[in-house]
Amino acid sequence: MQPFQFTRATTPDQAIQAHAATSARFVAGGTNLIDMMKLDVEQPTTLIDINELTLSAITPTPNGGLHLGALSRNSDVAHHPAVLRDYPVLSQAILSGASPQLRNMASTAGNLLQRTRCVYFRDTAFPCNKREPGSGCSAIDGFNRNLAILGTSKDCIATNPSDQNVALTALEATIHIQGKSGSREVPIHNFYVVPGSTPHIETILQPGDLIIGVTLPPPHPNVRSLYLKLRDREAYEFALASAAVQLGTQGNRITFARIALGGVGTKPWRSLEAERALEGHTVDIATFRRAAQEALRDARPQSENAFKVDLSQRCIVRALTLATKSA
Amino acid sequence: MAQETIPLDDKEESKSTDPTNPSERHGSLLGHVSRRSFLSHLGAAGIAATTAPVLASAAALEPTAQHAPTQARAPAGTVPITLKVNGQSHNLSLDPRTTLLDCLRENLNLPGTKKGCDHGQCGACTIHVNGRRVNSCLSFAVMHPNDEITTIEGIGQPDHLHPMQAAFIEHDGYQCGYCTSGQIMSAVAVLKEPVGPTDDHVKHAMYGNICRCGAYPNIVAAVQQVRHQS
Repeated sequence: MQPFQFTRATTPDQAIQAHAATSARFVAGGTNLIDMMKLDVEQPTTLIDINELTLSAITPTPNGGLHLGALSRNSDVAHHPAVLRDYPVLSQAILSGASPQLRNMASTAGNLLQRTRCVYFRDTAFPCNKREPGSGCSAIDGFNRNLAILGTSKDCIATNPSDQNVALTALEATIHIQGKSGSREVPIHNFYVVPGSTPHIETILQPGDLIIGVTLPPPHPNVRSLYLKLRDREAYEFALASAAVQLGTQGNRITFARIALGGVGTKPWRSLEAERALEGHTVDIATFRRAAQEALRDARPQSENAFKVDLSQRCIVRALTLATKSA
Repeated sequence: MAQETIPLDDKEESKSTDPTNPSERHGSLLGHVSRRSFLSHLGAAGIAATTAPVLASAAALEPTAQHAPTQARAPAGTVPITLKVNGQSHNLSLDPRTTLLDCLRENLNLPGTKKGCDHGQCGACTIHVNGRRVNSCLSFAVMHPNDEITTIEGIGQPDHLHPMQAAFIEHDGYQCGYCTSGQIMSAVAVLKEPVGPTDDHVKHAMYGNICRCGAYPNIVAAVQQVRHQS
């Protein structure tokens, strides 16, 4: 591991000042960053411990939503009564990922910035445009079974690995950021960027930007939410395909739909196409199948992952079917 | 890590009564020399000559309670830190790259916590921080100035086992034993977590701990016995 300067920040302003250098990193849980530092994939020259900032609280917002502090731990969010009651999709998504130990450490904001599990990104012996811009993509002609089919480019097909972020996308969460020039709020839909020709840029965050927290909008009345994750083994494994859905119905008609996909996109994948194919249509399997087809219409499979087109569609249909059945 | 490649007699570990007490540590080095203490001291001395991280480790082997290292005394590149482990405070100067796991094993002479994958995938390094189970391999020691850290040495000793340790022995919840301290630390945490009553619930709660010998049925039996007792 490369040496680094270690500092502790006790206020957000201190943290933001210390983050001025582009090679500085904030550390909260450390579960993803320290793993990558051991692999020399991350080589920060300055590490800023932000665990003393008072950003751990999970609190109701005045309009009936819920604020998750940046440092709230994944296990605390997943087991929080308000999350279990109003946003079960988020609890299910978090509990489907990592392990109990890792969820006790990992923070909400750290999970937002979780990096891809693409094996070529994690192995410095191979070229990778995300790790070393311009070096090439080893995955396109390599082992790509686990990698993305939506939002890819000729330079990168890495999958966003998070479950939490898929649920937050379906919930239309807002990311609160404090930076050198003040605070701003960004809808999660606009927080992540697709790789294009700059796969090393994954979000709209700038140097000095500190995530303060995430706000969930008030729960929609009469809407059920659910997370379904498909993977090679039932625990401790990343998604091959997952779906976070919010579905509201009135009689036999769909009045509200939010669909986000995991395991298939270069970012947590909101499917506005699927939502359009659902809202206003009848609650039946044909509608669900049509929405699933719409969601994957632009899929571009690689040599080993064409199966994900079908798997992701089945995942969507199954999640919607379960959402209409769950009380 | 060299000492871990040599098969160890369980009895040797159990002889170390208070590794944080300097007189006992020196006693074990000069008087009764066990394989573990001989190799671990040899390892520290051998590496101390060459690298900064173990300069910090050599400093930690000094009687710590009496001589708190000050900022001025800290070797270059190290960070002063006080860690509270198993109820005892330790003043250390550490290379910030030192993981909590390596600090426990190499600096504080608490080798009960094991290094398996070193990447948060196997659970062998599971300890408790403020009562919650975590992977000590994915955290830097300097990130824990105000935390209560508990290791397998802190939950029980051969003459007063934690009920979970006793249950693992009773149910033969291990073969090679390498994952066992991590399994037990996870299992003790499960007693306080919202986990359902069935064996399947226990399996699900324990999936962050891998046992390559496959002692899983016996581990589940041990955990369930203690849950039913408490």
